[in-house]
Amino acid sequence: MSYAVETRDLTRVFSGKKKRWWRRKPTPDEEESLGPVTALDGVSLQIREGELFGLLGPNGAGKTTLIKILATLLLPTSGQALVAGHDVTRDPFPIRQRINMVSGGETSGYGLLTARENIWMFSQFYGVPSKVSKARIDELMHIFGLWDKRDAKVRMLSTGQRQKMNMIRGFVTGPDILFLDEPTLGLDVNAARVIREYVMNWVRGQAGKTVLLTSHYMAEADQMCDRIAIIDKGKILACDTPANLKRMIRTETTFQLEVDTIRDTTSFMSLQGVKNFSHKDDISKNRSHLTFILEDEGPVAEILSSITSQGAKVHSLQKSEPTLEDVFISMVGRGLD
Amino acid sequence: MSVATDRRTDLRYRVGLNLRAVVGRSYPRIVGANREPSWIFFEAFLPLLGIAAYVFIYQFFGFQATAAILGNPPMCGNHVCASVAEQNQYLAAVNANTNALIASVVLGGTMVAFWLNVLWSMASQLYWEKEIGNLQLYMMAPMNRMALLGGMAVGGMVMTSMRAVSTLVAGIFVFGVIFQVANPLLLLAVFFATLVALYGLGMMFASLYLLWGREAWNLSALMEEPIFFSSGFYFPLGGLFRIPGWGPAVAIAGSFIPASIGLDALRQLTLGSTAFGGSLWIFNVTTELEILVGMAVLFLILARYCLAYLETLAKREGKLTSRHQ
Repeated sequence: MSYAVETRDLTRVFSGKKKRWWRRKPTPDEEESLGPVTALDGVSLQIREGELFGLLGPNGAGKTTLIKILATLLLPTSGQALVAGHDVTRDPFPIRQRINMVSGGETSGYGLLTARENIWMFSQFYGVPSKVSKARIDELMHIFGLWDKRDAKVRMLSTGQRQKMNMIRGFVTGPDILFLDEPTLGLDVNAARVIREYVMNWVRGQAGKTVLLTSHYMAEADQMCDRIAIIDKGKILACDTPANLKRMIRTETTFQLEVDTIRDTTSFMSLQGVKNFSHKDDISKNRSHLTFILEDEGPVAEILSSITSQGAKVHSLQKSEPTLEDVFISMVGRGLD
Repeated sequence: MSVATDRRTDLRYRVGLNLRAVVGRSYPRIVGANREPSWIFFEAFLPLLGIAAYVFIYQFFGFQATAAILGNPPMCGNHVCASVAEQNQYLAAVNANTNALIASVVLGGTMVAFWLNVLWSMASQLYWEKEIGNLQLYMMAPMNRMALLGGMAVGGMVMTSMRAVSTLVAGIFVFGVIFQVANPLLLLAVFFATLVALYGLGMMFASLYLLWGREAWNLSALMEEPIFFSSGFYFPLGGLFRIPGWGPAVAIAGSFIPASIGLDALRQLTLGSTAFGGSLWIFNVTTELEILVGMAVLFLILARYCLAYLETLAKREGKLTSRHQ
């Protein structure tokens, strides 16, 4: 079996900001945040060639750190990372020939250049002959619906158009492995759909193409990925196909409730049979959305009584099939938001 | 067995890759910058004002000296002129020196454009690239890092040359400066050696900025005005050697900036080595060209090693991508 990406016990610790005499003395709270941070803690992963692999985790879980190590931009503190069989620390050149990376909300490029010129410029850093590059750019611009904006200066592009341009930049160099870090972040439904469809076709339509995708959108990861790893606090908590991950909590029961905004949610976890729960407040409607992962239906009555004892009204109660989000909540103990 | 594409790694491929990278990185500087017509005002007209200030001072000194020679009694230096012939000789010398000083200022003002470009668009460029998110894309690409810096330098040289030429031409027309170029080939050689050495220094600084980030801004500020003075952008640097005490020390320190030696050689080649009585030059042109070539080689080598070392350090400390992480 050949792996596009393989990590063995990968750890990355950020040493924190050094104290300098010319810097203001940090407050005690700041002092704490200046200390070392373990972004990755013994991560071992194998991503097969031709796989669309998802990495799900809350902010600060270590997703971007992992991608940056794989993209040869950051050195691991310990452990090993191999991309296309090459070590990221010792042998970055053949890796760089084969990879590209696109991040959501990226503002790269030069505002004075046109979209076409910008993409062409980046393709030159990979040695793509100008003629080939321009032909690919034109083709991809048609596919991504950016053809009309080909000669628009980058600073005149909307967020969605800019992200499409970034995606084209990622594909134009003909990578074997593409790292997509929240590629549809902040995009409208149509732009996100175009990007998702292209990425899926790109991986499945040709041999040897691999994508490592991080996303905040569970449905997106569920729809696109062959396998998903759930990461939190620098550790991989689970790694399997979306179907298998959901099966893992099939023995559990998921309930979703919409109630008046409630203040105290601490008591829920102490109820017998509650494995995990998350809650989201909708301030505009003065409602709270609660998701419970339960061992069985036993604790439902106690949950309802706990809610009503706070004077809140239950507007809806729904038992649902486990989703990827439920798996995530079950493992991480909170939602992505 | 992997089905991923086999990639070339041979020398021909690598040369092609890096040449393309140089062209690609120089493109936004050459094409993009000239899409803003405002540069004509900011970078061709405004420098003329700085030049004009020095020109007026030197013209004033010239008028004073002329007035003394034509005064009653006519003064030739510290004594009264012995004859009309001596008076005319002194008048011609004052005119020649005034023209040479004004020409020195115009030439220096032209080279200032390159120094500012090196400071703010070469040295600090990688810091800017990090801020806008380009740096990580550059560092992830397979091109050699020197190709990236080389592209920035080539783009900066071409862009700044256009601005420098417009300042030079405007200076010649506005202030009526006369240049006498006896050896155009040597002049071109000195000019290019100066640019390569200067941009080599900029490439070296760029790698330092990679690690220091915003803190290195102070370094640029430090190297702007003081270097205008110590490098003799607005006067022949050899003049500093005549100031007892601190003069030679400042001149020697300033000479480490390639623009100082380059400017001295360019002035000799455009004004004649006998200008200012031949007493205000540091070395002869050939020696200065050799020093410039040496500096160019040294700075390029240092830039190569600094960048490799500091890139590794920045990757270890997580400073290449601190914008997002």
